[in-house]
Amino acid sequence: MDNIAGTKSSLTWAVHLSVVALVALWLFPTVGLLVSSFRTSDQIATSGWWKAMFPSEQNLTLRANAPETQNEVDGLYVIEGNLFEEGKDAVISVWGISSREIDSFTAGDTAELRRGGTVTVQADGSYRMQNPVPFEGNRGARIFVTATTPPEFTLDNYRTVLISGDATDNLSKAFFNTLTVTIPATVIPILIAAFAAYALAWMDFPGRALLIAFVVALLVVPLQLALIPLLRLHLGIGIGKGYIGVWLAHTGFGLPLAIYLLRNYMVGLPRDIIENARVDGATEFQIFTKIILPLSFPALASFAIFQFLWTWNDLLVSLVFLIDATGETTVMTKQIVELLGTRGGNWEILATSAFVSISVPLLVFFAMQKYLVRGLLAGSVK
Amino acid sequence: MHPALLGLVTIFMGVGGCIGYFWLSNVVLDKFIYPPSGPKAGRNINRANLVRPWLFLFPALFALCLYLAYPVIETIRLSLTERVTQPDGSTTYDFVGLANYAQMMGEPKFWEAMRNNMLWLIVVPALSTAFGLLAAQLTDRIRWGSIAKSLIFMPMAISFVGAAVIWKLVYDARPPGTEQIGIMNAIYVTLSGNEPQQWLTVPFWNSFMLMAVLIWIQTGFAMVILSAALRGIPEETIEAAIVDGANPFQIFFKIKVPQIMGTIVVVWTTITIVVLKVFDIVFAMTNGQWETQVLANYMYDKLFRANDWGVGSASAMVIMLLVTPILIWNVYNARKEMK
Repeated sequence: MDNIAGTKSSLTWAVHLSVVALVALWLFPTVGLLVSSFRTSDQIATSGWWKAMFPSEQNLTLRANAPETQNEVDGLYVIEGNLFEEGKDAVISVWGISSREIDSFTAGDTAELRRGGTVTVQADGSYRMQNPVPFEGNRGARIFVTATTPPEFTLDNYRTVLISGDATDNLSKAFFNTLTVTIPATVIPILIAAFAAYALAWMDFPGRALLIAFVVALLVVPLQLALIPLLRLHLGIGIGKGYIGVWLAHTGFGLPLAIYLLRNYMVGLPRDIIENARVDGATEFQIFTKIILPLSFPALASFAIFQFLWTWNDLLVSLVFLIDATGETTVMTKQIVELLGTRGGNWEILATSAFVSISVPLLVFFAMQKYLVRGLLAGSVK
Repeated sequence: MHPALLGLVTIFMGVGGCIGYFWLSNVVLDKFIYPPSGPKAGRNINRANLVRPWLFLFPALFALCLYLAYPVIETIRLSLTERVTQPDGSTTYDFVGLANYAQMMGEPKFWEAMRNNMLWLIVVPALSTAFGLLAAQLTDRIRWGSIAKSLIFMPMAISFVGAAVIWKLVYDARPPGTEQIGIMNAIYVTLSGNEPQQWLTVPFWNSFMLMAVLIWIQTGFAMVILSAALRGIPEETIEAAIVDGANPFQIFFKIKVPQIMGTIVVVWTTITIVVLKVFDIVFAMTNGQWETQVLANYMYDKLFRANDWGVGSASAMVIMLLVTPILIWNVYNARKEMK
């Protein structure tokens, strides 16, 4: 707008740079989570995710092969192999055989083993242990190395979280539970609200203004107030904790916004269409289903997105109305909170779980952003 | 029944039930109760039109009253009673007046939650709105602004719990001497040379660490609304200012901001309400430890951990009380707009 007068603002560059900085600041935390979800726990624990794109130097504790693999060569007992898994391009700089001195030797050196024999470790991880008498014991010797490893990403975390993990790690059940909560809780309030919104927008009756005020007031009532009375009610009428309860609760809590949004939109529809239909003898029910509903599609979509995001992301309502002691009906948000508590250190599982749970809302967000913005603009009380 | 199947049946019954109810009730009204024919056709049509709105409204009103209006009344009642288990195993609710409120006022944890909530109420709406305004103003002036906007807006779609994980990674601390994997400590240690900090356990400042998460989420919302408002400013006012020799800062603060003041207030109050209800972030990141308690989490503690429904309801009423001014303001504005 500053170009109106014909002079290009000298601040243009500053503007570009500030926006880049803002976007980076806002994007950085999420990118960190995404990158971490593709790294192994070792990698996450030893270097920041921002270094994941570059080769990193790590201290690793590795094990030589067990004594049972030793061969006898020219009167010496030999264990040979490579410390790294096949296909790993790590380069060892220094190494050691005790956890207190992990950097006593450089690659290619030979060290005396405490329990007899010697070991030589090369830069590429290959080693040779030899001993005039047989090696004993069940487990291979520990070797501590400092190695430079190339950037490496893995899908193992996703495999664990989605398919193979044990009960605390596997998110697939919680994923389906969340879906089960979300879809009915999104669909049902829309219809109920649409009818009410139509009545509030296009029917004349005493008390209409009062009802609209009532809806506006309920928009901001904190749902915290509803927890105990409704839980008592649900327990009292036999619904108990479960899906029915959480669907009903989400429906109730979503209605004020739904009615408000839809009414604001419907009021703006052209009066002529509705009056003409009335003159032509259409019933109110027909006007509603044949004219109002199709025309209100953008508003319906906006609300559907809001309600979907809100129910998918919700923790409190599920905690109170859904999740019982068996934990069979746990949702993703709850499981992630539990992971945060019990496995605060397992960043690979935590990051992957969190990313799985936010990926669906993000998809919806980017696909339907237009409707979301429209809904926000219509929904904030003017 | 399998939950997914139950879900499908529920959708089917919910949607079918709704349509069936509306259709049937209309038919009954038009065909049987007040048929628009016969000697009283005119009167019947008028009567039917008096009843019909309530047919359309009934399910929504019923749900609103049951799920939002009734709980307000019931919470007031519960906050004045105490749950007592009788010797025979039944529970009664004895009226205790304001004893629950008195007990709550006596708890240091409550005042900690109040203090933190007040901090949240000042800091989060202010910074979210400020950042949102900044982002809106800047992105409106560049060609890739819409991409930048959607990236800043993105956290809006992320759950509070997801955001908690994301930011816990940012705040992560490793023992001194080892490499830091949390970006905040990595920067802090490199720049200051001090020992890494457990950011979430440093009283007072840790509240700000939690607030950052909410600001990060809410800025996009503020930006979207304010950006629309900025675009709605009549260009003549800005042209006039440029002709008069105003610099970009003067244009922004003296011409644009005053014209969108109404929208700024709306954004501010909307975020205020979000702040008052904030629960998940605190629950997931610190659970109120290290002096980060807020009202909503305090209430959850009372209700479901301490099982004290009286004090829990009392603290819910405190949240309601704090929301009430905004509620009245919104209703007032909505009514003004309708006239």
